[in-house]
Amino acid sequence: MDWLFLTETIISGLMAGVMYSLVALGFVLIFKASGIFNFAQGVMALFAALALYDFLAPEGWFNQLFGFTLPVPIAIVATAGVMVILAWLIERLVLRYLINQEGIILFMATIGLAYVLEGTGDLLFGSDVKPLDIGIPQGAWDYLLDTHGLYIEKLEIFAAITAAILVTVLAIFFQKTRIGRALRAVADDHQAALSVGISLRAIWVIVWAVAGFVALVAGIMWGSKSGVQFSLSLIALKALPVLILGGFTSVPGAIVGGLIIGVGEKLAEIYVGPMVGGAIENWFAYMLALAFLLFRPQGLFGEKIIERV
Amino acid sequence: MNSVNAQEAAERPADAPLLEVNNIEVIYDHVILVLKGVSLAVPEGGVVALRGANGAGKSTTLKAISNLLGAERGDVTKGSITYQGENVHALNPAELVKRGVIQVMEGRHCFEHLTIEENLLTGAYTRGDGKAAIQASLDKVYHYFPRLRERRGSQAGYTSGGEQQMCAIGRALMANPTMILLDEPSMGLAPQLVEEIFEIVHSLNEKERVSFLLAEQNTTVALRYASYGYILENGRVVMDGDARQLSENEDVKEFYLGLSSEGKKSFKDVKHYRRRKRWLA
Repeated sequence: MDWLFLTETIISGLMAGVMYSLVALGFVLIFKASGIFNFAQGVMALFAALALYDFLAPEGWFNQLFGFTLPVPIAIVATAGVMVILAWLIERLVLRYLINQEGIILFMATIGLAYVLEGTGDLLFGSDVKPLDIGIPQGAWDYLLDTHGLYIEKLEIFAAITAAILVTVLAIFFQKTRIGRALRAVADDHQAALSVGISLRAIWVIVWAVAGFVALVAGIMWGSKSGVQFSLSLIALKALPVLILGGFTSVPGAIVGGLIIGVGEKLAEIYVGPMVGGAIENWFAYMLALAFLLFRPQGLFGEKIIERV
Repeated sequence: MNSVNAQEAAERPADAPLLEVNNIEVIYDHVILVLKGVSLAVPEGGVVALRGANGAGKSTTLKAISNLLGAERGDVTKGSITYQGENVHALNPAELVKRGVIQVMEGRHCFEHLTIEENLLTGAYTRGDGKAAIQASLDKVYHYFPRLRERRGSQAGYTSGGEQQMCAIGRALMANPTMILLDEPSMGLAPQLVEEIFEIVHSLNEKERVSFLLAEQNTTVALRYASYGYILENGRVVMDGDARQLSENEDVKEFYLGLSSEGKKSFKDVKHYRRRKRWLA
């Protein structure tokens, strides 16, 4: 067996998994706090990437209106601002009217939201593929290639480090802060949260803003990898099996689920693929998710349904 | 029905009640009429019991006061509720909690996946008076409920029913309330625990000057600890009076406790009797 090749496959699988995890994280945040499966999460990543591109590109609206483009760090902050405004608008125009409705109705609303956002993005920024370059190193990591002959993308390592930082910050935010505690409280029991004076509206804006920020990070990584284009919004579909594996309510679950799917896909493609004629990579994740639904529906790390006897 | 109604809420004389509910009507989903004119008053520092059978409207009355009806598609369509002379309807639940009115909901509603201590801390969400003050409140809650201190690190979902009820009351205390709306604290608890919880309510009332409005089906206990009582039937207040008088009232005994001058009566007969004879206020 070619150990070098195996290592390379596993590492590149892990890195691809990190990219899935970034998208899945956004889903988890919103699902945790409001029980809504946000179908629009992928489109939010696309929208964030488009907005960021607009702040940076010479042909963007921003340049046309103000006559200059923003430097990268400021553009990222500005895009985060756009996502906060978007979160506020979503609460103001959609969620507010659906308080205490069935989960399925909220889910339908997010499907609608996905189309509106997608259309708005097209309308504002055009539908051509845009290369996003914010200075993330590209190409292979020369050191590993020279010393060990391993081919690993710098971008993927960058994404992995970013994801690690993001998850740490989120974990601290959820576990240690007053707002984080309130978010978890809302996730457990809307009514009780209201009764102790937690404003659901404020909490929802915060959650959607945080999810928007995570979407921005995912959008940056995917946009740098394969350009900002419509297909970015479809990575949301890849996040679905990740969520089923990791559990809809668990932040670490989203990460581990992503890694398992990333590695599993690559390994299956290479070692099982030839036996069935290949192209396993496209459906392996969904098969894995199906198996999980049968045997462990709450996922690896999903919150156990507490039942007292 | 009672003289309190006649008073004008606006001026608020010195002896005005802390909470006044004036002839309110509540409709759910625009069609279901649940309260058909409920009036009551809670004096400063009082413990008032609200009693009635299942579905009489006790919980709805409490939720109307704490303004939690909106989240259940309910609405106060007539009448008014004033707290310290201020109209409650114009405030959202968070603003009410800041003013000192907090509800402990029926069925406890602890945050299951949060620890007991985290549950308590959420009660202080609206407070802006600093960590030290919140820590002091936490110590106070642990003083009243020593059992919560022992379980502080456990997830609330894994604690017993009694502990959850204590947690829910403790969480409300963390908001520094002047008035707690306590909905069915005895539900599903052993009589001894019910006694324990009511003892704590009593001492909170005495030492912390917290006023209580209690909704209870468990009539004997509720009336023992309350100073005044209202009886609700089918969305109306059908009787009110001093708690001791109410508990000695023959009709109350018969309807709610199944006792009559001829000794115990079968519940079947009570029901029948109740259908024939209604209190009308």
